[in-house]
Amino acid sequence: MPHQPTAQTLAAAPDFPSTSVEENKAVIEARGLEKGFMQAQKQVHALAGLHLNVGPRQVTGLIGPDGAGKTTFMRLCAGLLRPDAGKLQVLGLDTVRQTLEVQARIGYMPQRFGLYEDLSVQENMDLFANLHGVAHDRRAERYQRLMEMSGMEPFGKRLAGKLSGGMKQKLGLMCTLVRSPKLLLLDEPTVGVDPVSRRELWQIVYRLVEEEGVSVLLSTAYLDEAERCAEVALIHQGTILGQGSPASFRVKMQGRTWKLHSGAISSRRLQMRMLRHASILDALVLGSSLRVVTRQGIALKPGDLSEIDDLTITPLPPRFEDFFLAALRDDEEVLTPPAPLEITQELEQNTAHPVVQRPFVSQMDASSDASPAAATAIIQADKLVRRFGSFIAVDQVSFRVDRGEIFGLLGANGAGKTTTFRMLCGLLPISSGSCTVAGVNLRHAASAARAKIGYMAQKFSLYGNLSIMHNLHFFSSAYGLRGKHRSERIQWALDSFALKPFAEVPSQTLPLGYKQRLALAVALMHGPKVLFLDEPTSGVDPLARREFWQHINQLAEQGVTVLITTHFMEEAEYCDRLVIMAEGRVLAEGTPADMKREYGGHGEASMEDAFIGLIKASESKEVPT
Amino acid sequence: MKPGRLMRLTGLVRKEWLQVMRDPSSLAIALALPLVLLFIFGYGVSLDAKNVPIAVVVEQPGSQSNAFAASFFNTPYFQPHMMRSVQEAEEALKRAEVQGIVWLRSNFDADYLSRTSPPIGVIVNGVDANTARLVEGYVQGIWFGWLDKQAELSGTRLKPPLQLEQRIWFNPEVRSTDYLVPGVVAVVMTLIGSLLTALVIAREWERGTMETLLVTRISVFELLAGKLIPYFVLGMAGFFISLAMARFLFMVPIRGSLLLLVAVSALFLLVALGMGLAISTVFRSQFVAALVALVVTFLPAFLLSGFIFDIRSMPLVIQGITRIIAARYYVSMLQTLFLVGNVGFILLINSLYLLGMATIFLGLTYLKTGKRLD
Amino acid sequence: MIRRIRALLLKEFLAIFLDKASRMAIIVPPIIQLFVFGYAATFDLNRVRIAILNEDSGALSRELVSRFQGNSTFEIVAYLGSEQGIQSLIDNEKTLMVLRIDNACSRRVATGESCPVQVLIDGRNSNTAMLALNYVRAIVTDFNEDIMARQGKGMPARLAVQAWFNPNLESRWFIVPGIIALLGMIVTLVVTALSVAREREDGTFDQLLVTPLRPWEIMVGKSLPGLLVGLVEVSLIIALTVFWFRIPLHGNLLTLYPALVIYLLSVVGVGLMISSFSTTLQQALLGSILFIVPAVTLSGFTTPIANMPEWMQHLTVVNPMRYFLIVVRRVFLEGTEIHLLVHEIWPMALIAACTLSLATWLFRHRLH
Repeated sequence: MPHQPTAQTLAAAPDFPSTSVEENKAVIEARGLEKGFMQAQKQVHALAGLHLNVGPRQVTGLIGPDGAGKTTFMRLCAGLLRPDAGKLQVLGLDTVRQTLEVQARIGYMPQRFGLYEDLSVQENMDLFANLHGVAHDRRAERYQRLMEMSGMEPFGKRLAGKLSGGMKQKLGLMCTLVRSPKLLLLDEPTVGVDPVSRRELWQIVYRLVEEEGVSVLLSTAYLDEAERCAEVALIHQGTILGQGSPASFRVKMQGRTWKLHSGAISSRRLQMRMLRHASILDALVLGSSLRVVTRQGIALKPGDLSEIDDLTITPLPPRFEDFFLAALRDDEEVLTPPAPLEITQELEQNTAHPVVQRPFVSQMDASSDASPAAATAIIQADKLVRRFGSFIAVDQVSFRVDRGEIFGLLGANGAGKTTTFRMLCGLLPISSGSCTVAGVNLRHAASAARAKIGYMAQKFSLYGNLSIMHNLHFFSSAYGLRGKHRSERIQWALDSFALKPFAEVPSQTLPLGYKQRLALAVALMHGPKVLFLDEPTSGVDPLARREFWQHINQLAEQGVTVLITTHFMEEAEYCDRLVIMAEGRVLAEGTPADMKREYGGHGEASMEDAFIGLIKASESKEVPT
Repeated sequence: MKPGRLMRLTGLVRKEWLQVMRDPSSLAIALALPLVLLFIFGYGVSLDAKNVPIAVVVEQPGSQSNAFAASFFNTPYFQPHMMRSVQEAEEALKRAEVQGIVWLRSNFDADYLSRTSPPIGVIVNGVDANTARLVEGYVQGIWFGWLDKQAELSGTRLKPPLQLEQRIWFNPEVRSTDYLVPGVVAVVMTLIGSLLTALVIAREWERGTMETLLVTRISVFELLAGKLIPYFVLGMAGFFISLAMARFLFMVPIRGSLLLLVAVSALFLLVALGMGLAISTVFRSQFVAALVALVVTFLPAFLLSGFIFDIRSMPLVIQGITRIIAARYYVSMLQTLFLVGNVGFILLINSLYLLGMATIFLGLTYLKTGKRLD
Repeated sequence: MIRRIRALLLKEFLAIFLDKASRMAIIVPPIIQLFVFGYAATFDLNRVRIAILNEDSGALSRELVSRFQGNSTFEIVAYLGSEQGIQSLIDNEKTLMVLRIDNACSRRVATGESCPVQVLIDGRNSNTAMLALNYVRAIVTDFNEDIMARQGKGMPARLAVQAWFNPNLESRWFIVPGIIALLGMIVTLVVTALSVAREREDGTFDQLLVTPLRPWEIMVGKSLPGLLVGLVEVSLIIALTVFWFRIPLHGNLLTLYPALVIYLLSVVGVGLMISSFSTTLQQALLGSILFIVPAVTLSGFTTPIANMPEWMQHLTVVNPMRYFLIVVRRVFLEGTEIHLLVHEIWPMALIAACTLSLATWLFRHRLH
């Protein structure tokens, strides 16, 4: 357990004397900052006249979607790039003329912190202590403090490559902090980090601010993290859209956020209808209800939206995320939801089990309330084990997924999600146990069985130098589509995912959101019954993620079974049922509501609370006290 | 020295060293590669033709013909097959069973005795031109020996107007190993030096560690020195392995000073490391850097350094190109130091070239490695 | 099935040729190698630097010197007055050799005696030394025969040398056809070995495995591009060999191509084996180099296999390039018919069968 620092550790602070004059000045002052890059023979303006003041001794969040210019701004502050125009002062120093002076005073942790993975934790820290010129007699004290803050003490001799994602991130931060900087730049430090490590990282950051008076600029794409910052700057297309405390943003959204619940139709169907509604800006599935944001100046009263039966409307407190969405979407006309994904027809063709009725309106809702045993298990894992040498990656994992369910595999990096997933898809042999998809093991099944599944890998894994069109052509042939049917499906993919404008562009040059769409299109072209999605939204910005989930919800509505892995806790809410995994084992299985009630302490707890509660509970069970 | 430089430098060198020690592939390139390459080239590449199968056709046995044919049996160069007719021999040549034919016609003895200077037909398979030439030379040697012996037997001495005496300096036994092995050392050093370093800076870019290094107070000089020092040590270790193999396995004499040999090797290693660093600075991906390193350093060192193919025999344009191949200067010094001795002129000129190239490559890397990402 | 394989092939070719880097990697280096090898890899001597120390003042020695002057193989770099400078000339590589004619040489020959002519030659490059000596010997022998003819005497017997298949003994005729085998191997191996590794690295291999494509269809789809690219590239090189380097093609292309296909198939098998062992491009590249370097060195490409120690010659029997080198050289220069090449073709076919079936086995067992 971390304990309070003593007076001595507090005194062992900045290496660089701070003059009191600078005390209350902004640590970063950017005026009209511009920076462009050449990308695929096109000039891209990463920053377009950016103005920003970052205040001292507090955490300032730099929040924006992918490609907004967050990383470029961070690099400019660190003196790694030279601005095309404008002025940038960091700690009162010019980043272009006084680069080395700036670099001597700041700590910078890039998005992918380059740890030397073949060096141990201690060796990595020694290296950075040497590079930052930390005197040998100061080190022991500093190391101890960092180790204590991060809880990494027991791992000093472990190779950095063998650490979990969260620990790597913590080590990166420790290496940045081998000497106390005046300003700490953190570029998306929590991407891909499990909730427990994420909380620990934040605690370290808070302590630095409180105890050492460090100023922190932190960029993130997690909107919930904005709430943890003292001040937030919203960045979009290279300019700052707004700056202020998270509360000040929330206030602006007062009276626009609501919870909808219909006793008559499923929350997913409700969502699809709401998204087409002119006064609704955003609608998110939240278990059995819907969280909606209305357009500027539109309030909902009981009795509104009367076209939906049995609807209850309750106001909800606004979140920072709502402002973010509003800021990016308010200008748009009316949100166009993705074109309906009509894959029902193909489903009928490929279905081996004629029991399924379709299109199901009420049956679907009825079946989700019925006892699970009555439904057909599409995916079944029974005591699944996978060993790599002596390391057990997946240990006795059992679960079942029923037809038409969205089933989530949740867990931190390294929890065994992907390994389980690959075994289910037949990509990895099983050490022991069994798993079946639609009654067969895909590893040994005839190739026809594989025609019934769609697969989307963790990272973009289509042919990067082939265009969208080539990729669609190839995969449709690989799935045995031919003739008119094939061209129809290709046309369908281009239309439904709005890929047409990029049809001839090499897919590796597409923005991440479009890559994701293409990958989903490829996975769906042959109308699969079961869809496997391995962390499909990791690294994708909030807007693209929303759009992606709308697609998934539509598919589920049509009876496609979806197995999805994710480490975004809020995405767990979108699943019908899920399992939470840690260290290769299933910790819990159930609906999101069950999980929150059981492990989060109360029904209104977030999924993240539930996750952390569960991990804590399982740890305390394991470690004999 | 700037404050903290020593600390930063030792930190970097230590890091690099730990990485090398933990990465079996770097150790394999530096230490196992020289062993394997020297072994393969040392034994596999040889220009000394021995036991060449030839057909000896004696159409009409006689004392002179037999004596001439017999002399092919007493030499390690040939593996003669006696045949009766030239047709049979030609068939064997076409079937690639023999590499050449020596043909004594039926009237050979008679003509020899009547002093009408009968021709001895020699047909070689010219496909492998080099071996064919060597075979031709061997046959001539046997022919001279036979003429001499015949003259001695008849109590006179053969007195050709000019009597050729040959003195092959530095390698009187004409062992091709003696000239090939020093060349292999150069190829090995090129490979170790440039391939290893081509990978290391590209690796830092690829793994994202470069960005983290650049924001520290490290200077470009320190960054490069931190890379050079450990790989220099590793490269020299590879050199000593090669040297020991050349001397004790392949028995190549070392006539020059050992100290000079080490010194010029160190100089060449600097050039090779410089090339590798320059490549990996320009191409920030390990894969591309490795490919480029192979194409622009290894292949030329193999082909254009004079290691197997004598530069003096190449067309002038190609000879011009070899001027920018660092390995040629090193090969020249190695062959001299191994086989000849300390020849000041050769060592001086070639060292100057290498020194220039080291300056260019390291300087280029220094200028190209900025502290910024763009 | 055919449709699926066709789609796979189309994708492979697009992947290879749409990417500028890999397009360049397949086309440019082989052509450069062909030209560099074609011109630089030669054992033929020309402009051999020679210095002459003529201590004789008679007409005979002048005539001998003029024969060297008139021979295009030799380039006289110095006429020495004494033996003092010899050492430094040779040590410093100013000259390859020194021809030393004794004083009183003309007089001794006139009296029917023999006169010694000394050749001091730099043996640093022993092969060059041997060949240069052969040239000198040829000139001196010619000269002797002429003198003796003038004196009314003849040699007791003379050598009448002719070279079959390569009358001027140009080593280019030997090296350039060899490049066909060399580049065919490199291109085919690299294309095959890297294509699977690239898919693994990009994660597209998983995507491929979850489609209804069968493992053997994927195998075929991965083997054919290497084979086809290899065939096209080799055909291009054959054309350059014949029309640019003017190497005679005496044999029949119908003899060459079946052997070529078998040879490339055996290389494809090796490539597939390498790619099933490697998970990254870099490993595949390293694996290819680890195969190529010994395979080329121990194939007889630059130096004959017969010159190797016996135990090493035995090792070369598993090297497909060794057999194809013989085939390509004999078809080109000797015009050999296919029935005389059976002993080269069946080992290659056996190697191809082994590498391909081993690759299939590995492919099935290492899919993950």
